[in-house]
Amino acid sequence: MKFNSKSLSNKSFHLCIRSAFAFVLTFYFASPVFAQLQTVSTTKSSISSDDSTVEQINLLVEQVWQDYELKPSRMATDGEWCRRVFLDIIGRVPSVEEATAFIESREDDKKKKLVDSLLYDDKYTEEFARNWTTVWTNLLIGRTGGNDRRSMINRAGMQKFLRDSFAREKPYDKMCHELVTATGTTTPGDKDFNGATNFLIDKVNEENASLATAATTRIFMGLQVQCTQCHNHPFNDWKQQKYWETNAFFRQVRAFGNAMQARDGGVARLADQDFAGEARNGDEEAEIFYEMRNGLVSVAYPVFIDGTEIDRSGLVNVVNRRKAFADMMIESPYFDKSIANRMWAHFMGYGFTSPVDDLGPHNAPKNPELLNFLAREFRATEFDMRRLMGWIALSKPYQLSSRRQGGNESDDPMLGEWPKFSHFYIRQMEAEQLYESLLIATEASNRGSYEEQERRKNRWLGQFSQAFGTDEGQESTSFNGTIPQVLMMFNGEMIKEAISTEQGTLINRLATSGKSYNKCVDHLFLAGLTRKPTSQEKRLAANFLSARGNDAREALRDVWWVVLNTNEFIFNH
Amino acid sequence: MNFQTPTGMNRRHFMRHMAGASALAGSAIAMGQTLKANATTLSKNRKAAILLWMGGGPSTMDIWDLKPGANTGGPFKPISTNGDVEICEHMPMMAQNMDKMSIVRCMSTREADHMRGRYYMHTGYVPNPNVKHPSYGSVVAHELADTRPDLEIPPFISIGGNSEGPGFLGMSWAPFSVNSSGQVRNLDMGIAPDRLTQRMQALKMMESGFIKDNRGISSTEHAKVLEKTLSLMTSQQMDAFKVDQESSAVRERYGTTGFGRGCLMARRLVETGVPFVEVSLGGWDNHQNIFPTLQNTKLPELDKAMSALMEDLGERGMLDDVAVIWMGEFSRTPRINGNNGRDHWARSWSAVVGGAGMNSGIAVGQTNEDGTRVEGTSYSSEDLMATVCRSLGISLDTTFTSLNGRPMKIANGGRVIKELVS
Repeated sequence: MKFNSKSLSNKSFHLCIRSAFAFVLTFYFASPVFAQLQTVSTTKSSISSDDSTVEQINLLVEQVWQDYELKPSRMATDGEWCRRVFLDIIGRVPSVEEATAFIESREDDKKKKLVDSLLYDDKYTEEFARNWTTVWTNLLIGRTGGNDRRSMINRAGMQKFLRDSFAREKPYDKMCHELVTATGTTTPGDKDFNGATNFLIDKVNEENASLATAATTRIFMGLQVQCTQCHNHPFNDWKQQKYWETNAFFRQVRAFGNAMQARDGGVARLADQDFAGEARNGDEEAEIFYEMRNGLVSVAYPVFIDGTEIDRSGLVNVVNRRKAFADMMIESPYFDKSIANRMWAHFMGYGFTSPVDDLGPHNAPKNPELLNFLAREFRATEFDMRRLMGWIALSKPYQLSSRRQGGNESDDPMLGEWPKFSHFYIRQMEAEQLYESLLIATEASNRGSYEEQERRKNRWLGQFSQAFGTDEGQESTSFNGTIPQVLMMFNGEMIKEAISTEQGTLINRLATSGKSYNKCVDHLFLAGLTRKPTSQEKRLAANFLSARGNDAREALRDVWWVVLNTNEFIFNH
Repeated sequence: MNFQTPTGMNRRHFMRHMAGASALAGSAIAMGQTLKANATTLSKNRKAAILLWMGGGPSTMDIWDLKPGANTGGPFKPISTNGDVEICEHMPMMAQNMDKMSIVRCMSTREADHMRGRYYMHTGYVPNPNVKHPSYGSVVAHELADTRPDLEIPPFISIGGNSEGPGFLGMSWAPFSVNSSGQVRNLDMGIAPDRLTQRMQALKMMESGFIKDNRGISSTEHAKVLEKTLSLMTSQQMDAFKVDQESSAVRERYGTTGFGRGCLMARRLVETGVPFVEVSLGGWDNHQNIFPTLQNTKLPELDKAMSALMEDLGERGMLDDVAVIWMGEFSRTPRINGNNGRDHWARSWSAVVGGAGMNSGIAVGQTNEDGTRVEGTSYSSEDLMATVCRSLGISLDTTFTSLNGRPMKIANGGRVIKELVS
């Protein structure tokens, strides 16, 4: 069911502004407040009417297979596809019940129904919003954004904005416009709270807002301008002048609250501010200067990437430069292409360019017909992200097996080939996906409030993330298939809990359910791998039973440990 | 499959580890003897490199190549050292150890973006969307690992940062990252050795089923990393991470900072046989207030730890074998900006190297009077790496084949810096 987004978002806004109580905001998404809001839903929505779009996607991919004489892999099994679509749309593997219901269904359109359900069903709204909030939080402020002592970012505030946007089906253009033009304060509960401010709050004050310039163009338009800041880049057609003309749009904004500690609940404010220009000759022609590599100084005014000039005034009430930028950004063809490329990469493992956020003229996309088609269709939906997700999830390449077969081994981006999508590319789960999947697979009960859940998850994620300590806030993760990750899966707290036999754990419940040992093993395989064990794996489970002196409970712990540690569990495949 | 006669992973190897880690006293003694027997072999293969990685891009003209009097020069004064070079007055302890290092004052590179510069200085290649190049740590580990058959912990360890990855060499050559406390999480499974063996066997069997389905390289890499993890979990060599086992005098000499502990850990790891250790010190991205930051924070921490490491390596007779490299992804503009800081600059800067038989106490090359360009020959990431490889006894004819079948010369075919090796 689809929300009536307009009335709901008005209502929610109202609630945010009026509420003087921080806890109302904090637990906004925890039941029962959240459940109440959901009753507003009215129209039934579905992507079933989009068959022709999906067909066109298939045709454009099949064209590449023909051109390169590639034979696509077989279709993935129902279980494999079901696991994928849960992971990619709501950020976790399916539960045993969900998987069984899908696998056993005899309906012809069961795939469409499942995608519809994950996108529109009330029971998945919270998880859907959580998943995409995670993806976009990491994109906008990084995995470490807001954790640093010096940061003004309120991570919960960023997440609140995104959660509202995704749960309420805010169109993509509106969401991006709000992020680029945001004013207000960073912290939930403050009377001027606007979570969207957290995107730019750490990026405008220093180095003439170079971070804001680079992040905005890269994330929303797929343009990498930062290399041209200092010089015309040899590998990049964007010239230095263009960089500073873009940068000029971000010189009319300021963050206040430098000395406060966001981590301790401090509040920072992002505000528009008149820009006097660097010559300070008044506001009418608010210019900026930059130094070329030959030492000469040049001047720049706000000019959009396509050459459109705006009023040179630095006065906010004459022209709001960020708003002018956001308006043109949304109309730009880079805007829809960038999200189409990103969304395709989210589901398929690779986009049409590498890296996914570089669509500049020096880095032409592969299969531009398909990218352009997706971009155009997406714009035609008035930027409805659920539709775009649904098309890709139901497209043929997404339904192919990850098993390669004679004829398409060469289609391997790991070997430096550009992806032709003739089979599914396996990839490690993201850290957040693994965390949520472990909770589902182990049927962990008593998860606490939304806020507690997120706090616990952040603590757990913290062990993998590391900032490089540069001013640009770049970071890396050790959650990349190396030893620390394996150690965590071998012996970490979550795994120890998962295989514990204490009251309430999955192992304990299975062992006391009266089910046969073999049925319990089946359950563990379904929970972890969305399939039943092979005969060899059944023998393996039987070996554990005898090695544990027929103590089924102990043997199940061994089986469960093994299942959770296999590459088949930790990969999206 | 039968658990009673476990095969599969190298059981003898594994059980020896288990014996070391558990209370089976008899076997533990036997293991001690094995180590002694290996001592002679080990001494022949002690070549190693320690990279002191200065994340953010340190201003080398305020540390190693001062320009007093120039309008770009900044407030710091040069002081003389026990080598044939002058360095910054705020590096007094390193001044007493410059006989062990040389300054390459003619580094000139093209990447002034953090991520690109970081990648380039760690690999010798500019980022390429189609190929992931191995970092120098992975390359050295890969080349020297065969000379350390008894090394049970990863051959490439990164302290206080994640370094760069193994690229096409595969995840089993990835850096093992620890923080400067040296604590490695989740080491203990808390079950009997035979049960661990059974779990590992079952896991290997299931993994191979998935791999046999022909799903690409990443599925096979996981299995290799499992082996390395098991080896490490059961190894006594993990003691090398425990800097607390050093006397308080030693620990204080290195400094009670993260970087100080990291440098001390690096020395312990190299002694244990690890061929490549990287120690990270961040905070060099000084776009504002650079001089107070350097004088009060960065340089004292660096000076103490780096000088302690050099002294310690010297006193232990390890400098003939161990190369030490100090560098960041680039340096900072000679021009001082409006915020009293310096911005990114790759065209003319310094790196510092020493040990493993390289010539020391000298300055290689020079920059002009205000530090804005190199005068004469310049060197690059590749050249520096080629020189270090040569000093470690790694042939510069070594060629790797990337996953797409392209041959790639070690250190991207860099030239040896002749002033350092003649």
